[in-house]
Amino acid sequence: MTPRFVLGRIGFYTLIAVLLAFFTVPLLWLVTAPFTSDPTYEVRMPDFTWENFQAVVEHPYALPSLWNSLVLSVGTALLVVVLAALAAYALSRVRLPGRDALLYALLLLSSIVTGTAAMVPLFQLAVELNLIDSQLGLILILSGGLLPAAIFMLKDFVDSTPQSYEESARVFGASPLQIVRHVVVPLVRPGLATIAVWAVANVWGNFLMPYLLLSDVEKQPAAVITYTLYTEGGQANLRMLSTFGLLYSVPVVLMYLFVSKKYGFRFHGGIKR
Amino acid sequence: MAAIELRGLTKVYPGGVKALDALDLVIPDGEFFALLGPSGCGKTTLLRTIAGLEAATGGSVLIGERDVTGTQPGGRDVAMVFQDYALFPHMDVTDNIAYPLRIKKVPKGTRRDKAAEVGARLGLEHLMDRRPGQLSGGQQQRVALARVMATQAQAFLFDEPLSNLDARLRLEARTFLKKLQRELGVTTVFVTHDQAEALAMADRMAVMEAGHIRQIGTPAEVFRRPANTFVAAFIGSTPMNLLDGTVRGDTLEVAGCKVAVPASAQGRLRDGETIVYGVRPEYMAYSAGPAEGALGGKVAIVENLGASHLVTLDVGEVIVQAVVPEGDEPAVGDDGYALPRRDRALVYRDGELVG
Repeated sequence: MTPRFVLGRIGFYTLIAVLLAFFTVPLLWLVTAPFTSDPTYEVRMPDFTWENFQAVVEHPYALPSLWNSLVLSVGTALLVVVLAALAAYALSRVRLPGRDALLYALLLLSSIVTGTAAMVPLFQLAVELNLIDSQLGLILILSGGLLPAAIFMLKDFVDSTPQSYEESARVFGASPLQIVRHVVVPLVRPGLATIAVWAVANVWGNFLMPYLLLSDVEKQPAAVITYTLYTEGGQANLRMLSTFGLLYSVPVVLMYLFVSKKYGFRFHGGIKR
Repeated sequence: MAAIELRGLTKVYPGGVKALDALDLVIPDGEFFALLGPSGCGKTTLLRTIAGLEAATGGSVLIGERDVTGTQPGGRDVAMVFQDYALFPHMDVTDNIAYPLRIKKVPKGTRRDKAAEVGARLGLEHLMDRRPGQLSGGQQQRVALARVMATQAQAFLFDEPLSNLDARLRLEARTFLKKLQRELGVTTVFVTHDQAEALAMADRMAVMEAGHIRQIGTPAEVFRRPANTFVAAFIGSTPMNLLDGTVRGDTLEVAGCKVAVPASAQGRLRDGETIVYGVRPEYMAYSAGPAEGALGGKVAIVENLGASHLVTLDVGEVIVQAVVPEGDEPAVGDDGYALPRRDRALVYRDGELVG
């Protein structure tokens, strides 16, 4: 080992340590600050108080907003999974002229639909359809934004499952619905799980759409409520923010762990097996 | 149990490809029938049309004297084994075998018993709780067969049933499949591109080319008397010698040699007409010295077939092959003479068998 090599190694690990710190410090703050009586922007040894949680529980909108987030994300995920599964199956199995062009166009447009550029027209559309300030309306609009990408991903998934499974069931006399229930859904289940998690995480973290379309504070999800956690003096309320932030992130992490353990995230398509 | 009958069956794919061209075929009850042909000849399309997975463009399909041309696959009372077996990967062996019964709404207990019974018959007792992914190719094939047997369908359709097995297992499975079909006595149609498989297993077979049936017959008939040069070239593990020739009175002039007119073609030939003379390498008597009516030339290649050798002779401009028993094989460069068996040689005019 030459000194040059040793120095190189030291430099390399120092760089990695700095990079890691860059990502760990905010996370450390997130897990320590909620248990500190008087949190600041620095990471300190907490004094393990539950007062901050007490404050969050007593906040009139904090816990209900987490429930709202759950309703919105699960509702959207369900709608997206069911519709995307049906669409992806049909698009994969039925030959349509211009099918791929249609899919790509949808994918392209979808990034606009729930994007910032469509804010005004979406708002107007919601007003005209009487869907303003309605969680259902928001679910529909969020689903619309996620569906094209979901269909695209799922279609790839369905494409990679051989048709002979379905044909085999057909010859045995299974009806189309039975084929979907007994054969297709179990085969693409990991894909459905992936889409569901992806949709939940997307809606859970979405701020703009609920902020635009839900004005009633009782209906607003956690992402929007976080934005209102200020002290009377107009300063960010770090006690509330940190504690609420922790409560806001834990469910998503748990969901990832659960689904990853149950189905395992696999990459599909691309490689012929 | 039922016979299968096809009347003028035609299938045209969108885009105008004619996969089946007005096929007529009758497969009697209980027969083990092979559809043989090169890839793209329409044999799989034919099988899928019988199953109902492809809609016929014209003509009709009858199963057990019932016209099922417009019937959905599930209503035809046939069962099919796919080339990749199509075992459901998320179900264990029992559930896979019992799946057709589940569709027929047989109670759970009954269908488990039935699955166990059929599974035991095919030697799958100790595998009933496994998933298809945990089975070998041969075991997967038996599960696919068990699932088909559990349906108690009137006819079985097998799409290349042996092609996913390795060579050694394929021979075993061939014998097994033939024995099973004999015991069950269910009308069975199978598709294969391997002529040896068709010859070995089938009671009768159809050789297909480009959407047409070129010959129907027992394996012995098809092997001994191919109806045309296509079948002659396709059947046989060593290809038949097909040599251009001319009728010269009582003899044929083939590759510069005089050979006798085959027994079956006697009296059916006109003097001076051009014909194709066909004889299998197995039906040649090889000798090192000249013989009356033999095709003589120089030995170009000797291939070892195990218990015999395939000798390739350069006879003038053409090549003639003969199978030579062990011990008699010549060396490359020797003079060699191949004498066709008169009762096995054939004559073709315009590609069709004369006799």
